[in-house]
Amino acid sequence: MLKNIFPNKVLSLTNKFINNLIILLIFILITGLVYSLLISPPDHIQGDSVRIMYVHVPSSFIALGCFAFIGIASIINLIFKIKLIPLLAKSLAPIGFIFSLISIVTGSFWGKPTWGIWWVWDARLTSMAILLLFYIAYIFAWKLIESFEKANKVSSIIGVVGLFNLPVIKYSVDWWSTLHQPSSITLTSAPTIHYKMLIPLAIMFFGMVLYSLIIFLMRYKTEVIKIKLNKKKKYK
Amino acid sequence: MLTKKVKSRIIFLVLTLLLASIIIFTVLKSLEKNVVYFLSPTEIYRKENVSFDKKIRVGGLVKKNSINKNGETISFIITDLKNEIVVSYIGLVPNLFAEEKGVVAEGKLNDKKYFIADKILAKHDENYMPPEVKEALEKSNN
Repeated sequence: MLKNIFPNKVLSLTNKFINNLIILLIFILITGLVYSLLISPPDHIQGDSVRIMYVHVPSSFIALGCFAFIGIASIINLIFKIKLIPLLAKSLAPIGFIFSLISIVTGSFWGKPTWGIWWVWDARLTSMAILLLFYIAYIFAWKLIESFEKANKVSSIIGVVGLFNLPVIKYSVDWWSTLHQPSSITLTSAPTIHYKMLIPLAIMFFGMVLYSLIIFLMRYKTEVIKIKLNKKKKYK
Repeated sequence: MLTKKVKSRIIFLVLTLLLASIIIFTVLKSLEKNVVYFLSPTEIYRKENVSFDKKIRVGGLVKKNSINKNGETISFIITDLKNEIVVSYIGLVPNLFAEEKGVVAEGKLNDKKYFIADKILAKHDENYMPPEVKEALEKSNN
């Protein structure tokens, strides 16, 4: 199975390519931070705490996106048992975990001055906390279970079950009354964020997605090398 | 194309997922009362067996010109543009608490039209804009 083209290609992925991506990332992040912290205007009600959004929204998106990938990968994994897929999902999990943590922490920092409280148990915040627990369970399944086959199965089941939480997070603000505001950017209507605030949000978004991609490539490469080393050991 | 083993796995997984989604849907539906963070004045007005001893949350907009400050005591009206409820509260309100903005009050009902809050939270909406744009909008509206 490891003769799949992709794992071998990832090994030939030189450090130079990753380094180039890092240089691009630094450039985007500096632009994004200067734009979101200095150039963009404060909000008419929230004042400067609106700037927290430029980190909060991309983090939440990446947290949800990573788990969506893990969940779908888990379904494919349970059906077809392709060895490459759990490696992809496994490499993504810590990234999603960190970003859901960042999303929750930055959200609290925003909630205190805006709502007047750090944390409430409304549907959006609670479902996001559940996502964090699913990430922890997923990562621990890989860490604590020694046999690859078994860990693969258990983590895939966690991934599939956690998939149900994603639409609940996404639509919680529409289905139920929550303290958290509904989405400002939707597919169906014009964004309710002024364009002067959308620009830094977009730059920060690309920067953070690029960061996740770099970390993912590094982790994935490591996972593939680990598997190959284990195989070599077995034949010796 | 697909082997028999793979086919049976697909059928098994689809059935499990279907069952799981039905269970989750019914659980969420039955928990709906607990999942909603606050009730609107209309929902309280229509509710048949309202409890006056249990803590609940009321949410809506602060009615224009309804805020009355008297020392530490503050009273205002929460409206959902259909029904209203008078809220009285002792203490500090969040900075973003203002007329015609979203608010969530936690406390107990005195009667269906009068609410005694022990916590006030400001609710932010999904609109983000710079102050000068807001001013321009207000000018064009007047």
